[in-house]
Amino acid sequence: MTTLPLPKDPSPLTPAKPKRIINSESWIMRVATLFSGAFLIIFVLLPLLELIRKSTENRQGEFVGIDNYIQYFSTPSLVSSFFNSIYISAMSTAITVVLAFIFAYALTRTCMPFKGVLKTLALLPIFAPSLLHGIAFIYLFGNQGILTNGVFNFMLRLIGGYDIQNVPALPFDLRFNIDLYKAPTGIILAEVFYLFPHVLLILTIALSLTDGRLYEAALALRTPRWRTFLTVTLPSVRYGLISACFVAFTLVMTDFGIPKVIGDGVNVLATDIYKQVIGQQNFFMGSTVSVLLLTPTIIGFVIDRIAQRRQVATLTARAVPYQPKPNKTVDRLMLFLCVLIVSAILVVIGTALLASFVNVWPYKLELSGRHYDFSRVAGGGLSAYWNSLFMAGLTAVFGTLTVFISAYFIEKGQGLSRTRALLYFMSVMPVALPGLVLGLAYIFFFNRPSNPLHFIYGTMPILVLSTIVHFYTVSFFTATTALKQIDKEFEAVSASLSVPFYRTFLRVTFPISLPAILEIGIYYFINALTTVSAVIFLYSANLKLASVTIVSMDDAGDTAPAAAMSMLLFFTGIGVRLVYEALTRGVTRRTQIWRQK
Amino acid sequence: MLQNPQKLSYLVIKNLNKTFSKFKALDNVSLEVMAGEFICFLGPSGCGKTTLLRCIAGLEEQDSGQIIQAGQDITGFTPSQRDFGIVFQSYALFPNLTASQNVAYGLVNTKTPRKVIQERVKELLSLVSLVDMGHKYPAQLSGGQQQRVALARALALSPGLLLLDEPLSALDARVRASLRAELFELQRRIGVTTIMVTHDQEEALTLADRIVVMNQGSIQQIGTPEEIYRSPQTPFVADFIGEMNFLEATVSQHGWVDCSGYPLRVSRLSGMPTGTIVRLAIRPEDIDIHTGSPQENTLQATVQYYEFLGSFYRLKLKAESISFMLDVPMSQARHLSFAQDALISVHLPADFLHVYSS
Repeated sequence: MTTLPLPKDPSPLTPAKPKRIINSESWIMRVATLFSGAFLIIFVLLPLLELIRKSTENRQGEFVGIDNYIQYFSTPSLVSSFFNSIYISAMSTAITVVLAFIFAYALTRTCMPFKGVLKTLALLPIFAPSLLHGIAFIYLFGNQGILTNGVFNFMLRLIGGYDIQNVPALPFDLRFNIDLYKAPTGIILAEVFYLFPHVLLILTIALSLTDGRLYEAALALRTPRWRTFLTVTLPSVRYGLISACFVAFTLVMTDFGIPKVIGDGVNVLATDIYKQVIGQQNFFMGSTVSVLLLTPTIIGFVIDRIAQRRQVATLTARAVPYQPKPNKTVDRLMLFLCVLIVSAILVVIGTALLASFVNVWPYKLELSGRHYDFSRVAGGGLSAYWNSLFMAGLTAVFGTLTVFISAYFIEKGQGLSRTRALLYFMSVMPVALPGLVLGLAYIFFFNRPSNPLHFIYGTMPILVLSTIVHFYTVSFFTATTALKQIDKEFEAVSASLSVPFYRTFLRVTFPISLPAILEIGIYYFINALTTVSAVIFLYSANLKLASVTIVSMDDAGDTAPAAAMSMLLFFTGIGVRLVYEALTRGVTRRTQIWRQK
Repeated sequence: MLQNPQKLSYLVIKNLNKTFSKFKALDNVSLEVMAGEFICFLGPSGCGKTTLLRCIAGLEEQDSGQIIQAGQDITGFTPSQRDFGIVFQSYALFPNLTASQNVAYGLVNTKTPRKVIQERVKELLSLVSLVDMGHKYPAQLSGGQQQRVALARALALSPGLLLLDEPLSALDARVRASLRAELFELQRRIGVTTIMVTHDQEEALTLADRIVVMNQGSIQQIGTPEEIYRSPQTPFVADFIGEMNFLEATVSQHGWVDCSGYPLRVSRLSGMPTGTIVRLAIRPEDIDIHTGSPQENTLQATVQYYEFLGSFYRLKLKAESISFMLDVPMSQARHLSFAQDALISVHLPADFLHVYSS
């Protein structure tokens, strides 16, 4: 700059213009913040309060205080499902967290080969509705199940095309009977398959955020491997573990699909709500059970929040990523365990796939595509599938916009700091709301003729809105994390240049966050496609969804078409993901050039 | 206005207060900045210097007080209503926009014709010696280049006030030194009133017309770099800037103090009664090694150890119960010999002994 010829006029380059006064800008910000607040109040807070109020009323609508709760706890069959739920959730959480930890450890901390393939396969169940695991378990462990009657016996019949009468029971065979319909074991195992990818994702992230220098320090101090594991590895992932436990426990506690399909003899809270509301039209007991279902998830939620708050940045900017070193014994052992886990996952999905293609299980074990013709079975047939696609598309578009814009105002807004803190809390709340509870709350709130939004009841918008709220929190965290990574001074710089914030939002913040935004979109789409719990209370007879028809088909005994529909959703999810990957690769290449050095 | 810059007041801050929950970030801060002046806010982290800067920008709202810029009360103005350009330590460059687009960011909004904007961007980029870098994205530029782009962007709208929030701290030492020189030259050339926040005293001493030393939310001293260095008004300023020896002493008679049995004459003792306990302060380079016959303010001290610091030696000395440091420049050290445990005679000139009540 020293060589630059000096301007003749020594005054600043060009005379400063008087700045425009933009007071409207802060108003826009305030109004937008209040608008996202209104969304959360109308679609989270008020329905929930209505649900709690309903649990304190009797059939005549009179206030009865805690009478419903007293009645609940004095009915032994109802109380037992409360403890069943806790037992099943705790067991499947414990098993899944241990297995997923081993898997995540192998992925992040060892030199095990085939990491990419194994991880992709392990995450496959994320595309499946939980119902698929339930249905697969019927074919594995049910009365006519492969494992109940012996694997070799089944193989003979499948290959030989024998009738069942002609195949003698083999004296030796792989045979397991877990008493699928009577004991909780079946539900617990099926839930493990459903949970595994969710827990694996959390633990992989937790284990990959580590400082390699700590391990080098431990090594330099001649610390034995097991002690390093106890003093370095475990403490660094303890918050990830707490999070994983909370997510797993809540998912099982609130899962409706698996106990609905295989839990005939084992009552749990989630199915109780359904039975009370759909079976007995007892909305008051339904809301009482809902509030009870809410209690453990809210306790878990609070513990998780406290843990997250205590988590100080263990990873500083100077941390060096951990580089695993080859260790033949460990790597081989881990490969063996991971292949075992992945095989089990593939067996379950493969069973559902097989079941959807077998003509008449177990009598005619020839392959046929007839179960994919949904016109002859209960449920809405293929139109339900198209409804689901449409619903998932709308949810992805509107959910992503709502979440991202509202996260933007909560994270980057100025003023109204109390309101924004409150909004943050309300945005985090939906994760503790089971889908069934949300669905029931929506019935109470939006089905009231006095509600000005009554007209959305039984229509596509309420299905979309309930799904947006149901999966709000995870999307919100994705958006917030992306926004937090953006320099917090961008808005200050824009203000100093008199550029209104919404311009900077459109020109800078939005393009930078595009990868996260697309990720939220695909998350919404896949979940909207497979969810059952909230929408099962909200669909109407002429607006059925694919996931709901799986329940109706299974109820009507059409298990094979139910398996077919599950597989259809599963493959749709994978297909959409692949298309998304291909498309975003193009979009990312064009919009994210600036990321390249 | 540049012909006589010291005469015109540009920014006046009156009794500014700001509290974060219970932490007092600004404690009744008042300050006047002249047009065209380069002011540095200097102090340790948490002293309130950044808060003060952000209040001036309107990014932080003060609890009470008044800010007047160019004769206009801007206290209640939002940042976009105020007239300033700002550069942050993190540069805060928009990563998805090229250097040119970053510089043009504020201009585009002023409905200036595209051609004028292009010329202006070119002019600004050449001002910071980055003419050929306009098409590059921030990630493709070095730290020093990114900071220059940020500077050009801040100057784009020809603001009346340039605010710099630790602009050089994220750079490595060599780049920092060269950018410091460029910043100095640029500011003097375009004459924009500038306020820079820094915790680096060298930066403040070399760049500023006047330095505002802050500690715990209040201003300790305002003055030219020479004033701040030569006549620190408080022990904090004395200690924070440069090296300083502190010695305990008692006022013995008018103009004299007693320092652990050594009588010392001081020239800056202003009416403190006999018996008052005071703190003496003297810089290591202001103490001489005395070679002639004994005179006032001379004491015998033992060399405890010495360090070689390139252009000078620093000696750690002990006389009775007092310890202090002494710097000997290389030119003088060549003619002297000192070794560990040697006894030398040192002179503490009365004019360089600062006295603070303790």
